[in-house]
Amino acid sequence: MANAPKFTDVKVGDDLPAIKLPPISRHQLALYCGGSGDHNPIHVDIDFAKKFGFKDVFAHGMLSMAFLGRLTTSWVPQKQVRKLGTRFTSITWVGDVITVSGKVTGKREENGEKLVDLEVKCTNQNGQNTLEGTATVALA
Amino acid sequence: MLDKKHIGHTFKPFTTTVEAGKIRLFCKAIGEEDPIYQDEAAAKAAGYRAIPAPATFLTAVTNDDPDKGGLLRLLNVDIGLILHGEQHYEYLAPVHVGDRITCQSKVLDIYDKKGGALWFVVSETEMKDAGSGKPVAKARSVTVVRNPDAAKKA
Repeated sequence: MANAPKFTDVKVGDDLPAIKLPPISRHQLALYCGGSGDHNPIHVDIDFAKKFGFKDVFAHGMLSMAFLGRLTTSWVPQKQVRKLGTRFTSITWVGDVITVSGKVTGKREENGEKLVDLEVKCTNQNGQNTLEGTATVALA
Repeated sequence: MLDKKHIGHTFKPFTTTVEAGKIRLFCKAIGEEDPIYQDEAAAKAAGYRAIPAPATFLTAVTNDDPDKGGLLRLLNVDIGLILHGEQHYEYLAPVHVGDRITCQSKVLDIYDKKGGALWFVVSETEMKDAGSGKPVAKARSVTVVRNPDAAKKA
């Protein structure tokens, strides 16, 4: 369970503790297919993926976005997350080793809440960003 | 090309129940081990009224549409041609196991880039608590369609 940092203690530029994930496996993609209800065969059926011009199956973008969610809720309790959004900037392949990282980009007050804006991203083993996102969390 | 006449199309709303077993499978898939997503007592101890849905579990809620694939049928696009361009969630109230959520989606925009080689479809889903009608979340999604014309000729 996350013990939330205090608004006054957080500074723009602070890093969130990064998470290095195990390599993406076909098994994980099968589990995510069922767990998320995204049954697009391109993520689990190599024959289908090849038919549409891909060398192999690849990870659901939303699986990686779930990693951004994990990063954010490892820093603050989930009920304090106000926004989470991302662009999917490159494909995540089976075997890729993803690191999720984030940093504080802004602090503000809105509607009586103390809000902290975050930049959150997924980066693969080659240093390429696969997701470039943002999150907004409320702190006490 | 995609037909821009579909901008503004609204899909049939549906209501689904957030299930504990589905959240367990979702957490196993994403490597989430926080006990608040597995164990009601841990969730309550952390201040939740029941097991909360993980932040991006809302995708499983919207994917529970009995008329799933409606966007692709509307646009006449094969599922093998789409990529996810962007996803944005705004959280307005917590969502928990046992909650019944009503989802209503609409097409906000359709546009192309690279001379029609890539098309972008922006859609939005409003999620409300089915009982109270209170908004719980808003989801905005950008779906990328790769070269739809080439596919139709094939």
